[in-house]
Amino acid sequence: MTTKGIAPMGNDPIFIDESQNYIHEPIGKVMLRKYMKNKLAVIGAVLLIVIIGCAVFAPIIAPADPSKQVLVDKLSPPGEKYVLGADNLGRDTLSRLLYGARVSLLVGFVSVAGSIFIGTVIGAVAGYYGGKLDAVLMRFVDAVISFPSLFLLITLVTIFEPSLMTLIGVFAIFGWTGTARLVRGEFLSLRSAEFVLAARTLGIRNVRIIFSHILPNAMGPIIVSATLGIGGVILGEAALSYLGLGIQPPTPSWGNMLQSAQNPQIMLGAWWYPLFPGFMILITVLAFNFVGDGLRDAFDPKISE
Amino acid sequence: MTTYIVRRTLMAIPLLFIITIISFIMMQMAPGDPTALMMDPMIKQENLVAYKEAYGLNDNVIVQYVRWLGNMVTGNFGESLIRQGVPVSALIVARLPNTLILMLVSSIIAFLISIPLGVISATKRNSLTDYSITFVSFLGIATPNFWIGLVLIMFLSVHMGWFPTGGVSTLGEPFSIWDRIHHLILPAFVLATADMAGLTRYSRSSMLDVLRQDYIRTAKANGFRNKTVIFKHGLRNGLIPIITILGLMLPSFIGGSVIIESIFAWPGIGLLFVEAAFQRDYPVIMAVVVIAAALVVIGNLIADILYAMFDPRIEY
Repeated sequence: MTTKGIAPMGNDPIFIDESQNYIHEPIGKVMLRKYMKNKLAVIGAVLLIVIIGCAVFAPIIAPADPSKQVLVDKLSPPGEKYVLGADNLGRDTLSRLLYGARVSLLVGFVSVAGSIFIGTVIGAVAGYYGGKLDAVLMRFVDAVISFPSLFLLITLVTIFEPSLMTLIGVFAIFGWTGTARLVRGEFLSLRSAEFVLAARTLGIRNVRIIFSHILPNAMGPIIVSATLGIGGVILGEAALSYLGLGIQPPTPSWGNMLQSAQNPQIMLGAWWYPLFPGFMILITVLAFNFVGDGLRDAFDPKISE
Repeated sequence: MTTYIVRRTLMAIPLLFIITIISFIMMQMAPGDPTALMMDPMIKQENLVAYKEAYGLNDNVIVQYVRWLGNMVTGNFGESLIRQGVPVSALIVARLPNTLILMLVSSIIAFLISIPLGVISATKRNSLTDYSITFVSFLGIATPNFWIGLVLIMFLSVHMGWFPTGGVSTLGEPFSIWDRIHHLILPAFVLATADMAGLTRYSRSSMLDVLRQDYIRTAKANGFRNKTVIFKHGLRNGLIPIITILGLMLPSFIGGSVIIESIFAWPGIGLLFVEAAFQRDYPVIMAVVVIAAALVVIGNLIADILYAMFDPRIEY
């Protein structure tokens, strides 16, 4: 009975080395660690927290009322009295930038929430049911994508008159196509997965399979596209406001601050003024893009740590 | 090949249909009806009814759509509400060449700058040069190009006086090529910046794909100089996927022209559109929107066909 190799067959207890392979780590923790490895994503997140903080606490931080005109101080250069100078009507640039952040972020977050909702529902239905319904919905998406977005936005804004609500609505109604394509793709590959088959066999209703079985598995790409989408909307809002078709003065927005920078007085006498709103747009969009990239890596199980 | 071209072209037709339907629905949503803008407010009721009848405004919506579509196919986009009596098609024909020149020159600029940058980035992968180019591209994606335009006008035109602040030519001067080019440089460059970043990223990854291929290694092993391998063997193949990007760039180019033409007072389709938007000149707005979307569909169609022609591996 000294044959080698069958020793563990006896009554000796089998010890499993639990410390090595059987650690159960919550997925959130793994994702956070992956996210923190991406330095740019961390920088982006910090920037976003600061910018959002500025927007939320604008009334507390802002040194002055953003609409208060002190005409004797017009075109003051950055300095002690006005940290970032004053515009051609003598309004404090810093305060206007802080309040402008509120507008940009509000339009960005709310309209992207709307477009993600529309895009997810349409994409999920198209991908899950497939067939003719899918073909019709996707041709519709192709058509909407063919309109250069700025043309559509401007047309709708002229029809409904520019206001905060119009802008949010317009960006929501025409921003969903990318999400719809993405969600459809996810659903196409997930609908034949085994867990979906199992759910069907159990007689679970389609609506429930779509929303509580498949959708959670497609959340990663959706969140990433939402993050990148907010950056896009902020750029779009700035462009519309710059043309005078977005947020209307005296409400400050980064776009309409740049519009007033076209004023010859500012062009000749206050070269620093247009730099600030443009810089804020740049930093904010960059931060959203970095965070989006970081989230993409964090959600992707194929990318190992 | 021919079958593919025919099939691909036929696929574009339903798309154009949906585009016209969406545009028509948007036009129907516009408040008020055209008579309110065109007519004397003191007009008698029976005259108003007669006008509405004459312009077909009392017809069923579907009848109106079919008539509008039929007119549009024959090049009749109606008349401008603001500039009364001027056909929309005449306005567009007058402005279109300016937009096309701007788009053509700026796409050449975008390609001339981005593709070499992408190639350098790919061949010197993970070097400081590569990282710098990548970083600048990231900045480029996040920067609103109208801001770049504004800042350039302020420094180069207003302060330095190197370039004119806008327009296609100096007013009151006789036509000269140099004057035209002088006016074109800034707007074309700024419009190009919109797509340069994306194009650089794209040509970088396309080149990286190609440089990993076996035939590149074979060429190197055969003793060809590095330059020959990169430009003759690598770039030629790396450029193929970039053709598709041309099609994808078109919407942002046409959309970008709206902003750039406004900043530089460049009298093209984009400026016409913004002017019409401010004046609520709906026939002009709708015509430009439909034409812009149709251009995008046609651009994608051409890009797909070119792609199929250049890449012999693809069979249809």
